[in-house]
Amino acid sequence: MVESAAAEAIAPLFAIGDRVRVRKQHPPGHVRTPHYCRGHVGVVLRLCGAFPNPEELAYKRNGLPAQPLYRVRFASRELWTDYIGGANDVVEIEIYQHWLEPAA
Amino acid sequence: MNKAEDSEGSAGYYRRMQSAVEELLVLRGILTPEGIEEQVAAMDSRTYKSGAKVVARAWVDAAYKARLLDDPRTAVAELGFSVGPMHLIVIENTPTVHNVVVCTLCSCYPRMLLGVPPHWYKSREYRSRVVREPRAVLAEFGCELPTGIDIRVHDSTADMRYMVLPLRPAGTAGLGEAALAELVTRDCLVGVGLAACPTSSG
Amino acid sequence: MNDPGHRHHDLGGRPAGRCEPDDHQYEAWEKRVDALVQLLNGRAKVITTDEMRRNIEELGPTAYDEYGYYERWMHGVTQTLLQRGLIEIDELGRKMAEIEARERHG
Repeated sequence: MVESAAAEAIAPLFAIGDRVRVRKQHPPGHVRTPHYCRGHVGVVLRLCGAFPNPEELAYKRNGLPAQPLYRVRFASRELWTDYIGGANDVVEIEIYQHWLEPAA
Repeated sequence: MNKAEDSEGSAGYYRRMQSAVEELLVLRGILTPEGIEEQVAAMDSRTYKSGAKVVARAWVDAAYKARLLDDPRTAVAELGFSVGPMHLIVIENTPTVHNVVVCTLCSCYPRMLLGVPPHWYKSREYRSRVVREPRAVLAEFGCELPTGIDIRVHDSTADMRYMVLPLRPAGTAGLGEAALAELVTRDCLVGVGLAACPTSSG
Repeated sequence: MNDPGHRHHDLGGRPAGRCEPDDHQYEAWEKRVDALVQLLNGRAKVITTDEMRRNIEELGPTAYDEYGYYERWMHGVTQTLLQRGLIEIDELGRKMAEIEARERHG
């Protein structure tokens, strides 16, 4: 996957440590934000760079301007009400910026 | 359905499609038979043993381990492993944290270093359950984790590919790098196992 | 019942059975599918992984569940090649029939 030039990338909105909520949207088509994290709140661990949007690449479009991609950490107990495990257990997922909004 | 030519089921149909597509692409000059054979050989030559060597080096050389965690592509290249454009990330197990890797959406795996993923990694059972009940899934692989350990499940949804750096087992202080590499299984590089102890290996 | 908003391939968190830690050995044709996909997606960038994945995801629940991994890949890569006009349906059909005939008589 090619990282696009700075001029073609959307500016990052979030910083490490920010709490973010994944949008609760369920479009058809090729989406790389897993269903199980939508609507949930996590913490930004890392900005992974900016990449052409795979949702658009899947339709042979160029996916530009590139979207910032974040590694977001979710508490497993927050993702699953019936989670059996430790309070510190987490799931970490890479999520594109357009799926994220600020959370309190 | 179920005519004579379908005795192989869907596999026969798609096997014929593979042959047909390959022939058509060769006719168009998009591929060559040699290119395909080279690629098959290249993937056959990539196995989890390369990851085992990287882990063994990290266990014996603290400075290498630091480089590996900071810039995995450059560090594995030091040992002669080229991962091409793959974005490799190495995640370290500690006495309090255990990492496990999955791709719930398809089968993303650090192929350029470790070769093709095992069948179970791509299965419905693993992809569905390891994010939700990692301890139970690990137990099915024979891996019982102590209760005090935190579990981090990494879902590979974008271009990053993850390899676990397992904990060095107890009782290995006297072992050289080659012997240490023998203790590293593919399962522990994905996170569904722990590196073997010397008494239980071989 | 299938919730259309929860795509079938999006498996994280769904109920499922025991994991079977098997070690499946791949057949020659499966390895060639793998090689084909890597070559087309690789430096050549003849197709993109994203298009291939989308085509696999659109197989529908029954096919997705019943077909093997490399069968799904072959479906995905072929659909992508057809969509891009790199192969045509009629020539593909003729070639597949030719191969089937070869196998029967060869």
